[in-house]
Amino acid sequence: MNHALSGRQIWFMPVVLLLLSAIGLLSALLGDVWWDILSWGTLGYTVVMILWYVLIPS
Amino acid sequence: MTSQIINRWYLVHKWTSLICTMFLLLLCVTGLPLIFYHEIDHLIGNTVEAPELPGVTARANLDMIVDAARSRRPNEVVQFLASDADDPHVWWVSFGETATAEDVSTSSMFDARTGDFLHDYPIDQGVMPILWRLHVDMFAGLPGSLFLGAMGLVFLVTIISGIVLYAPFMRKLPFGSVRWERSLRTQWLDLHNLLGIATVMWALVVGGTGAINTLATPIFQQWQSTELAEMIAANQGQLSGATQGSVAQVVQAVQEMEPDWELSFLVFPGNQFAGPQHYTAFIRGKTPLTSKLLKPMLIHVQTGQVVDSRDLPWYVTVLLLSQPLHFGDYGGLPLKLIWALLDIFTIIVLGSGLYLWMRKSSGSIEDQVLVGMEVEKSFVHSTSSQKSSL
Repeated sequence: MNHALSGRQIWFMPVVLLLLSAIGLLSALLGDVWWDILSWGTLGYTVVMILWYVLIPS
Repeated sequence: MTSQIINRWYLVHKWTSLICTMFLLLLCVTGLPLIFYHEIDHLIGNTVEAPELPGVTARANLDMIVDAARSRRPNEVVQFLASDADDPHVWWVSFGETATAEDVSTSSMFDARTGDFLHDYPIDQGVMPILWRLHVDMFAGLPGSLFLGAMGLVFLVTIISGIVLYAPFMRKLPFGSVRWERSLRTQWLDLHNLLGIATVMWALVVGGTGAINTLATPIFQQWQSTELAEMIAANQGQLSGATQGSVAQVVQAVQEMEPDWELSFLVFPGNQFAGPQHYTAFIRGKTPLTSKLLKPMLIHVQTGQVVDSRDLPWYVTVLLLSQPLHFGDYGGLPLKLIWALLDIFTIIVLGSGLYLWMRKSSGSIEDQVLVGMEVEKSFVHSTSSQKSSL
């Protein structure tokens, strides 16, 4: 790939993961049960994304 | 971003990492088992569970429990009575060598329903307390703790400079690219960038709250020597005779006054957090958020009546809320497992960063930044002149 990516292309996924992580970090603090599940889902998504990109070559 | 600015941020990233990486590796490695401190304690028998007693809802008299604890340890002084946030069926009675001793000498677990003695917690035994001390102050007391706090702040600068550098490095690479076909150094660079940017929010929060936690001792001392000392001094009077009120009465008075809160722990008279004539009850809320907070109530030792209470100062609130966000202990075992994985990813980011710095001779990071800058320049050029120069 030789063409430069736009700022939006570069930052889209990092910002998505950052926002999901922020939601996950806060939600378990604010409530139980569904809030905990939201936390596992959002933070877990970050973990799964990392493993996906590392373990599955594009 | 001009090449000069990128280079400056690169120098910030390099030098702050060089300062903090070894300590951050220590923190991440010791922190990994500490995430599961509670579970490990349970697994190796340091803590036990209260027996199942179906249908039993009665509560044992607290004075009987405290008396039983005292008779087991006649040479030690009861300092605290604490509830267990995870198990409503137990009480913990903690002793010191003296009423004002800073270290807890014994912590005994009692069944809150039957009043039976269940277990003594083995204090300072095994490998976990060693890992904990390494993590908290490297066996160097408050200076060690404050030093690690400073390393935490340096780490935050490392992370922020890493975010700034992410874009120049990723100008030509879609998110998540790991160029396995390229040199080992390029592979580690890609992994460093991917793991670093994906864990950035977690690392900022855990690093920042960790730095706040290093101030725990000064924060509690400040609270004790100002607001709590004032509350105790303002209520000092004459005791009539030597009669002592009952602990059960004290806890009941607290619960009646604040029905939406529950006792976290009760400090016994003589301790610096209670003074000579009072108990201090620290109560916590019952919602997930307020259960992390504390509120002090002063109870007269003879009448068993609540005589004063204070709201939490802002700096203690900040500390108490930063604790769960650092420990990851506020969303059950799944959150702890996620915490552990993110910790492992951070170890890989630290290790790969170190490797990239050590292997700088063959295709240096400076070169990598230059590649990024060339792309940057041509990108700026292409957009400003409205034609592709690539």
